Amino acid sequence: MALATLMVHQAEYPGFGICWNMFDALSDKLKKVLKDLRGEGRLTAEHLDLALREIRIALLEADVNFKVVKDFIERVRSKAVGQEVMQQLSPGQQVVKIVYDEMVEMLGGTSSRLIFTSRRPNSVMIVGLQGSGKTTSTGKLSMWLQKNQDRNPLLLSVDVYRPAARDQLAVIGKAIGMPVFEGQGINDPIELCRAARLHCEQVGFDTLMIDTAGRLHIDDALMDELQRIKQEMQPVETLFVADAMTGQDAVKSAKEFHDRIGTTGVILTKMDGDARGGAALSVKEVTGQPIKFVGVGEKYDALEPFYPERIVSRILGMGDVLSLIEKVQSEVDEKKALELQEKMERNAFTLEDYRDQLSQVKKLGSLDSILSMLPGDMFKGMPKLTPEMTAQMEVELKRTEAIINSMTSTEREDHLIINPSRRRRIAMGSGTKINDVNKLLKQYAEMKIVMKQMMEGEGMMGGLRGKVARKLTGIGSKRKKVKKKKRR
Amino acid sequence: MSNRFMGLFWKRKSGSDFISLGLNTEPEPGQPEQFAEQPVKALESEPVKAAEPVLPVVVAPSQPVETIAETVPEVRAADEPNFMARFRKAVTATRENLSSRLEDAVKGRKTIDAETLNDLEEALIGADIGVQTTFEIIEDVRRQVDRQSLKDADELKGIIKRHLLDILEKAEKSRGIASETSVADDVRPYVLMVVGVNGAGKTTTIGKLAQRIKADGYDVLICAADTFRAAASDQLAIWAERAGVPLIQQKQGTDPAAVLFDSLKAAKARNSDVLIVDTAGRLHNKANLMAELEKMRRVAGREVAGAPHETLLVIDAVTGQNGLSQAREFMKVADVTGLVLTKLDGTAKGGIAVAIAKELALPIRYCGIGEKADDLVVFDPATYVDGLFA
Ligand SMILES: Nc1nc2c(ncn2[C@@H]2O[C@H](COP(=O)(O)OP(=O)(O)OP(=O)(O)O)[C@@H](O)[C@H]2O)c(=O)[nH]1
Ligand SMILES: Nc1nc2c(ncn2[C@@H]2O[C@H](COP(=O)(O)OP(=O)(O)OP(=O)(O)O)[C@@H](O)[C@H]2O)c(=O)[nH]1
Ligand SMILES: [Mg+2]
Ligand SMILES: [Mg+2]
Repeated sequence: MALATLMVHQAEYPGFGICWNMFDALSDKLKKVLKDLRGEGRLTAEHLDLALREIRIALLEADVNFKVVKDFIERVRSKAVGQEVMQQLSPGQQVVKIVYDEMVEMLGGTSSRLIFTSRRPNSVMIVGLQGSGKTTSTGKLSMWLQKNQDRNPLLLSVDVYRPAARDQLAVIGKAIGMPVFEGQGINDPIELCRAARLHCEQVGFDTLMIDTAGRLHIDDALMDELQRIKQEMQPVETLFVADAMTGQDAVKSAKEFHDRIGTTGVILTKMDGDARGGAALSVKEVTGQPIKFVGVGEKYDALEPFYPERIVSRILGMGDVLSLIEKVQSEVDEKKALELQEKMERNAFTLEDYRDQLSQVKKLGSLDSILSMLPGDMFKGMPKLTPEMTAQMEVELKRTEAIINSMTSTEREDHLIINPSRRRRIAMGSGTKINDVNKLLKQYAEMKIVMKQMMEGEGMMGGLRGKVARKLTGIGSKRKKVKKKKRR
Repeated sequence: MSNRFMGLFWKRKSGSDFISLGLNTEPEPGQPEQFAEQPVKALESEPVKAAEPVLPVVVAPSQPVETIAETVPEVRAADEPNFMARFRKAVTATRENLSSRLEDAVKGRKTIDAETLNDLEEALIGADIGVQTTFEIIEDVRRQVDRQSLKDADELKGIIKRHLLDILEKAEKSRGIASETSVADDVRPYVLMVVGVNGAGKTTTIGKLAQRIKADGYDVLICAADTFRAAASDQLAIWAERAGVPLIQQKQGTDPAAVLFDSLKAAKARNSDVLIVDTAGRLHNKANLMAELEKMRRVAGREVAGAPHETLLVIDAVTGQNGLSQAREFMKVADVTGLVLTKLDGTAKGGIAVAIAKELALPIRYCGIGEKADDLVVFDPATYVDGLFA
């Protein structure tokens, strides 16, 4: 099971995560720069100057904060200079690829799963500027949590200021069939929180969704109020709602909210518009907190997990270059996958390969979402996974990766040399226990045995040989064709 | 433009003269407002769509008139300079304003060099003025530096100020006609439609406008044509009540054009001077929602000649470059005549409105500087630009 999960290959599920051609705003100038830059081998300072100048403009036009752009460009420059240019790409395109990868990295993985504790109720606080979409998002997120994380939320508005703000949440609650705490007669945010919490305890709601009033980050009194609510409720998540149309000022509000309230994540709303959404990059950079969800409409099911690849291509607005890069990348991935299959056939699947697979999985997003993308017949007869189980698995995946990261490359190539003293060092380095390391090594050894059996057509999975092996390594039938073409 | 400091907030034209109709800004004590007595029946009208006929609901102020008179802050012409001062404060009171960035750009430098220009470029982009407008300004500065006609920081500031002011004033002149002063007094009701993307501040702005226009002695009616968003009309009803102005609304989900139709009939029946129309927030790339606006405009035009006489696009001051795309699309579909720049009390200074004014020659008419009823001011280019550089 774990094996199958680990080995799902990204490209096997097109349409997931990447949708390049949405925007084609590539400036003519950049097109020319990309075309004109010729030369084999390595990226030179000249290549970089020309390409990065245009990329800077693209980022500024997409509303990425100018300071964030400046730092980002410098980071890319120092990373890229001297890098080898991939055969299929021009130097300019290679720069775009580096920019793309760096931005995806900067935005982090997909982490739409909220982590709850056993305390009842867990509170989730929704904060942000006026009109950013807090109340609507509160409704959307409640529905999402009920559906995807099996939570049983109670909704609460502590917006005692804006006209009909509490009515609005009440109407939303009705529309989505979720209970809303009315707190009639109570007009103090903290009092409302306390009363709602008590109600949760009495009735058995496990999650209290707190919609707060919109406020300016420079409004001391109201920011102080948020701090007090947070102090009182100790929420497991404090989500900052940011409008995708926000410009340069995004850094100031996001930072101030984060510094004063301690936000734990971001919901980026109104992404169904045509804003490029550069604010996402700004907000992530100044708060360091992950963007967890995007709002894509006014209806209450218009909430999606955040996929960095999507927004990066949207911010860059370079559809055609990016699809080329994507093609090249998938060829690289295919080569890797073929290598992997061969390795499995030779039973030479190393810990290094294992880690590669893990990072592929991570790129995909949460296990939950991966599992839901898989064809059902892959798991026939297996017990259904609860969200708690997949959450647990995710924690284990992270641990596994940390452990392998702490190994030397020789250790990764040959796990047999990992003796007790090496195990101790690895455990220390990865912040885990020796037991964890032992467990991983045992798991890996078992994995190799299963693979061997599969490849030799023995054991319980023997009959599935070709199909399963291909599935596991990510080489689908489509890929087979490509492979044949190449051989011709 | 000059009437701003002289007289009333709101002014209608009668013949060729400006005549203040706001002889008395307060309701006669003790005398109930006329609309409160009008039976709802009289407002009934055939719905635009042959849907089930829903009675339009008029929400009239529920408080006795005495209390309304008390709760409505006295907003009067005499306060206009006061508003200006608050406007200036809102624009100026930013922790890191354009001016200080400019100061930084020129600090310790004798000559204006490439680096100064770089910093200047960042300062302008940082104010959301946009890449293109910024590049044009910088280009002009660069030329003047080359010609040696520009030497020190103060001159530099002056040049940029002049640029921005030019843009804003040009926009005022080109579309300045589209305001209440250009529509004859006997055209009733003067229809003012308010449009914009979600959450920009339309409803709040309408609440503020209603209060100020009423305070100048006009009879205002509000139309709650946002029948989509949860509790949108409840929100507007509270604003209407605060301002002491009647409101026409129907239940959620009704065709907004039908609500508008009812409101136009009602406004005519009660001889209202001004009808303000709230619309649902809509993203400009949604064709169906934009078509809905078009339909509303057609309905308005059929009922009242030349209506809507004014269409204000509300832009949130934190908006980035997408503001341009918003303005283009709304202009195409709804023939926008001016902008309202809201939330200027934050740290964002709404530079995108300058870019919009430049590209589309749209004047900024009002600014929102807070969430209270009197937090709306008439936009004044000079004050704004000065504020940016204070
Ligand atoms: N198109 C679109 N509209 C959205 C989205 N999220 C929210 N909205 C709309 O944005 C507007 C403001 O949303 P609210 O949820 O009221 O915003 P808020 O942050 O609670 O506002 P305040 O409480 O007044 O500060 C409404 O018209 C919503 O329907 C989104 O993802 N897409
Ligand atoms: N600080 C500040 N807040 C404002 C201003 N104008 C509006 N707001 C706030 O912005 C939020 C959204 O305002 P609304 O008037 O509901 O916006 P809207 O455009 O009608 O929103 P939808 O109808 O949902 O599209 C509310 O919380 C208002 O109180 C302003 O000038 N300054
Ligand atoms: Mg709200
Ligand atoms: Mg509204």
